[in-house]
Amino acid sequence: MQLILDFEKKLEDFHLHVHHEGDASRIGILGASGCGKSMTLRSIAGIETPDRGLIRLGGRDLFDSSQKINLRPQERRVGYLFQNYALFPTMTVEQNIMAGVRGSKEERQKRAQEMVRAFQLEGLEKRRPAELSGGQQQRAALARIIAYRPEALLLDEPFSAMDYFLKEKLRLEMKQVLQEFEGLSILVTHDRDEAYQLCDHLLLMHEGSVIAGGPTKEIFDNPKTVEAARLTGCKNITRIRPLGPHRICALDWDNLELTTGEEVTDEITHAGIRAHDFFPMGGDRGGDRGRFSVSPCSRYEETENRPLSPPPENIIPVENPVLTELPFEWYIVLQNKIWWKVPKDIRSHDFSESLPRALCVDPSAIMLLTQ
Amino acid sequence: MQDILQILAKLDWSPLYISIKTGIVATFISFFLGIFAARKVLKASGRVRAVIDGILTLPMILPPTVAGFFLLLLFSRRRPLGILLYENFSIKVVQTWLGCIVAATVIAFPLMYRNARAAFEQIDPNLVYAGRTLGMSEMRIFWTVVIPTAGPGIASGTILTFARALGEYGATSMLAGNIPGKTATVSQRIAMVIQDGDYLTAGIWTIIVILIAFFFIFLMNLISGKALRSDKKRW
Repeated sequence: MQLILDFEKKLEDFHLHVHHEGDASRIGILGASGCGKSMTLRSIAGIETPDRGLIRLGGRDLFDSSQKINLRPQERRVGYLFQNYALFPTMTVEQNIMAGVRGSKEERQKRAQEMVRAFQLEGLEKRRPAELSGGQQQRAALARIIAYRPEALLLDEPFSAMDYFLKEKLRLEMKQVLQEFEGLSILVTHDRDEAYQLCDHLLLMHEGSVIAGGPTKEIFDNPKTVEAARLTGCKNITRIRPLGPHRICALDWDNLELTTGEEVTDEITHAGIRAHDFFPMGGDRGGDRGRFSVSPCSRYEETENRPLSPPPENIIPVENPVLTELPFEWYIVLQNKIWWKVPKDIRSHDFSESLPRALCVDPSAIMLLTQ
Repeated sequence: MQDILQILAKLDWSPLYISIKTGIVATFISFFLGIFAARKVLKASGRVRAVIDGILTLPMILPPTVAGFFLLLLFSRRRPLGILLYENFSIKVVQTWLGCIVAATVIAFPLMYRNARAAFEQIDPNLVYAGRTLGMSEMRIFWTVVIPTAGPGIASGTILTFARALGEYGATSMLAGNIPGKTATVSQRIAMVIQDGDYLTAGIWTIIVILIAFFFIFLMNLISGKALRSDKKRW
């Protein structure tokens, strides 16, 4: 389904300007809190009115200031999943689901029963929202929206109010719902994992503007701008000075010199390296070949067996690193504030023995960015 | 005891009927007007809202006799509105039961209005937006989502309004007077018998009023006061 967004709205802190045009069916809007992403979603739903511009969904103009078109939310046929779900507190689950369904009483009840089954709400039909768990509330809210048969599904930070365990489980359920849903879906989130998992197409927003847009994987592979790199979770970003077509000096990392895979063009001002993209260099402190038993990750073996070792240029010495242990990862912050993340096993708790003397990074892993 | 029974047997119950009738009619009018006004005021913007809110709340703050005086000025048959009403519609407000209703409504209305407004302010706007994006009409959202959600606040507002209207004295005595069997309400009857030095009759009416009051407090707590029955500790 085609979606065209091209509208502006003046907000207190900044000017919201959204531009997107395409046929992608599962869109994500990723941005920090307060960047205007929720406002964008509310404008599409008709809860907020843009100052000017165009919103077109599947050939229907929902808003067009040049033609003075501004459909009421009731006429837009878009379902909106609110952060707090906004279930009607005095109605039962069943009544909530029927709220948006038209037709005779029997038809409405039949539709509600279908939804109750589809969203595993059996036995909860007569309960009120306050008597449901967070996950059940979300399912009930989704059931209510899908029962209405909307053309687009707008999801406003659906997992932000949940604990970690529930979040992972519900994200999988949501994936299923979005795959089965025939219309367009737009998910607003500040969580890059959510965006990556649930969306095919991504819009990155920063201070009211769309700073990047494209297929999710491409955006993560090559974020192009500093803000985009940050939003996609890149931990290490530095200002640079170009030294040659494939050579840069990283000003924020103690003037470290690095070789890049891509050509350093004039507009490049920054470079980024993802925290998982470093490899330990040989000459470990323990001096023992068994050092990788700490994290028997395939990436290490791959490095060791690789016929061509990475070019010696991209070597980052490791001095006085600060180690932080997480259940499945080590966070290691080097002396020059570079973050390195190493997958680990739940039973190992000591990494200092296996600390390499240096890290290296493949030139292709260095992302060249513009401000 | 003998005296009390004797008085009860001869008691003119008309003030009780008049008070209750007045209370019901005034509450009925205030209920719809109060909800309507609360809705409109919340939709209005900043300064307009403050002014209208002030005017609508005024009768609650003013001494009832002052409100009564204004009403008398307004509805007097020597004044434009009073003349208009009488000559075109033969409506008399001063010294009639209609005057009781007008006085009680004006005095009790702010309670309904303020309670309804407070209840509406508490409602999560997302509920209304959710209703809209689900294709529900504004009317349906209002009656099936907003009113039930604001239910406890509106119910307690209604009861307070009724209680206030039932006991109205000052404005009523100014506008409607104290005509036995016509405009004499319980409050006015009590004042009158005390002036006559009939403390026993006044006492009987007082007991009746206290019983009615307790009934309403009980009703109010039943509707909005689940908190009083629960064992949950509060600060």
